[in-house]
Amino acid sequence: MLTLKQSRRLNTLLVGGVSWIVALLLFFPIFWMVLTSFKTEIDAFATPPQLFFTPTLENYLHIQDRSGYFRFAWNSVVISFGATALGMLFAIPAAYSMAFFETKRTKGTLLWMLSTKMLPPVGVLVPIYLLAKQFGLLDTRTVLVIIYTLINLPIMVWMIYTYFRDIPRDILEAARMDGATTLQEMVKVLLPISKGGLASTMLLSLILCWNEAFWSLNLTSANAAPLTALIASYSSPEGLFWAKLSAVSTLACAPILIFGWISQKQLVRGLSFGAVK
Amino acid sequence: MADLKIRNLKKVFDDVEIIKGIDLDVRDREFVVFVGPSGCGKSTLLRLIAGLEEVSSGQIELDGRDITDVSPAKRDLAMVFQTYALYPHMSVRRNMSFALELAKADKNEVARKVSEAARILELEPLLDRKPRQLSGGQRQRVAIGRAIVRNPKVFLFDEPLSNLDAALRVQMRLELARLHKELNATMIYVTHDQVEAMTLADKVVVLNGGRIEQVGSPMELYHSPANLFVAGFLGTPKMGFLRGRIASVGAQGCEVELDAGCRLSLPLQAAGLTSGSDVTLGIRPEHLHRSSDERCHLKVKTDVGERLGSDTYCHVRTRSGESLTMRVRGDFTPRYGQELDLTLESDHCHLFDSQGQAIGQPLQQQVA
Repeated sequence: MLTLKQSRRLNTLLVGGVSWIVALLLFFPIFWMVLTSFKTEIDAFATPPQLFFTPTLENYLHIQDRSGYFRFAWNSVVISFGATALGMLFAIPAAYSMAFFETKRTKGTLLWMLSTKMLPPVGVLVPIYLLAKQFGLLDTRTVLVIIYTLINLPIMVWMIYTYFRDIPRDILEAARMDGATTLQEMVKVLLPISKGGLASTMLLSLILCWNEAFWSLNLTSANAAPLTALIASYSSPEGLFWAKLSAVSTLACAPILIFGWISQKQLVRGLSFGAVK
Repeated sequence: MADLKIRNLKKVFDDVEIIKGIDLDVRDREFVVFVGPSGCGKSTLLRLIAGLEEVSSGQIELDGRDITDVSPAKRDLAMVFQTYALYPHMSVRRNMSFALELAKADKNEVARKVSEAARILELEPLLDRKPRQLSGGQRQRVAIGRAIVRNPKVFLFDEPLSNLDAALRVQMRLELARLHKELNATMIYVTHDQVEAMTLADKVVVLNGGRIEQVGSPMELYHSPANLFVAGFLGTPKMGFLRGRIASVGAQGCEVELDAGCRLSLPLQAAGLTSGSDVTLGIRPEHLHRSSDERCHLKVKTDVGERLGSDTYCHVRTRSGESLTMRVRGDFTPRYGQELDLTLESDHCHLFDSQGQAIGQPLQQQVA
C-alpha cells in the first residue's frame, strides 16, 4: 500500500510525465522546421533524416534576395494591428452595451454573432471578391483590414463581454453618480479596470490576423501580400524545396511566436475566457 | 437645506410593480432609515432617489426642484454602495477626488476638500494606497469619504455595513451616527437589519412588498406598531402573538378571551369593535413575567432557553400551540418541558384586528 504522500508524489510524476510528452509532441514540428531551415536542400531530403549536420544560412539569404522578406512582414504588421485596432473600436462599445444594459435579446445576439464564425469562408468568397473588385480594393491592405476586422469581431465582442460582465455594476454606477459621462465612464473607469482582458483580446486578434491565409491568398497578389502569402509562394510547381520552405515558414512564424512567448500569461487568461482569475 | 419630497412614486419592472406608490418626506438634517425584509423594494426606492433607476410614475422633489428626470450626478446626492464600489485602479486620494475632477473643480479646492474628508475619517495615512491594500472597514470609510467631498444635499447609503464582520459593523455604526452629527447632514440609509434601523434613525420607514407599512421614530414604531407586520419586524427577539376574540367591550377598555386559555382586560379603546370579533394580541418578551398572582394565568410549557448572561430568553409554548418568547433574569435556567404560569402586562399588550391593523393605537402616521 502506498501512503497518501507517496500516492500524491506518484500522481504528480504521472501528470508531469504526460504533460511533457504532449508538449514535446506539439513542439516537435516547429523544432524540425527550424532545424530544416538551416540545412542545405540535399541534407533536407536525406534519409534517414539527419539530426547533426553543418548549418548554413543560405536559405535565409536566398529568401531575402528573391522576395524581400521585410515588405511582406511590414504588410503583416500593418494589417494585423490595423484590423485589431479597428476591431477594438467596435467591440468595446458593443460589449459595453451588452454587458451593462442587457435585454432579453442580448444572449441571442451574442450567439448569432458567434454563429457567423461557423460559416465556411469559401462560401462567401465570390461575393466578397466581386465587392472588393468593384470598390478597387483588390490587392490592398485596406481590404484585408476590413475583412479581418469583420471575421474576428464576434470573438472579440464575446471575450470583452465576458470580461465586462465580471466588473461590478456598482463601480460604473458610482462613476455615474460622480458625474461621469458615458464616454468618461468607459475611458476613465471601465477600460483601466479591464485592461488585462482587453490586452488578451487584442493579443488573440493579432495572432488570428497574423496567421490568416485564406483571404490573404485570394484577395492579394503582390502589393498587399502578408507573410502567409509569402509562405504559399514557396510551394511552387517546380517541386518542393524543403529547406527554403522551412526557412520562410520560420521567418513568418518567428515574430508572432516571440510575441506570444512574451505575453504568454495574458494569452492563457484570454483563451480561458475569464475562467482563470 | 435638504428637503426631499416623494409623491406617489411607482416603479414597474417587466410588468411587475416593485414600488407601489410611495409618499414620503425627508426633512433637512434627518437620518432616515428604510428597513424591511429582502425584496421589499427598499434598495429600489433608494436607487430611484439616486437616479440610477428610471421612475415609472410619481415625483421626487429636492428643495422644491423636481429631480424626477434629472441625471444622477446633477441631483446633488452622493451614494455609498454596499460593495463600496471603489475604483480599483485609483489611489484613495483619486477615488475621493474623482467627482470633483470631473466637475473641473479648482485643484487647491479639491486638495483641501480631500484632506478635510481624510481628517474626519482618519484616512490620512492611507491616501496613496490602492483600495485592494485596505481592509473592509477602511474601504467603507473611503466610500464615505468619496461622498463627503462632494458636499451633497443628501447622503444615500445602500446597506453599507452588511459586508463587514459583526464587530466592525458595531464600530462603523457608531462612526456613522457620529458623522451624521458632525456633518449636520441629511442621510437616507437602507438596511435589512432592524438593529441598525433602531439605533441610527431619527425616522424609520418600514417597507413591505413595495409599500410603506409605517413611518415614525424608532420608539414610536417599537411602542405603537401600526400593524402586525411592523410589530413582528421590529424588536429582537420578536413580539409574540396570541389569537383570541373580544369577549366584552366597556368604557374602560375591553376583555379579550385568548385561545391559549385565559381572559384579559386591556385598557384599550376598541372603536368599532364588537364582542366576538377575532383579534390578535401581541406581547413583547420583556412584558411577560413568571407569576402566580390573580391576573391572567397563561399556562405554558418551556421550550428551549437561550442564555445570554445578562438575560435569558425563554421560549415557551401555549396550550393552543403558539410560541412566545419571554425575557427573564440571566440566572434563571429553564428546564425543557417545565410548566410555567405567566402574567402579561396588560398596559403593554398590543391588539390587532383580523386585517392585522392595530386597535386603539395611533394608526400609521400619514404624510400630509
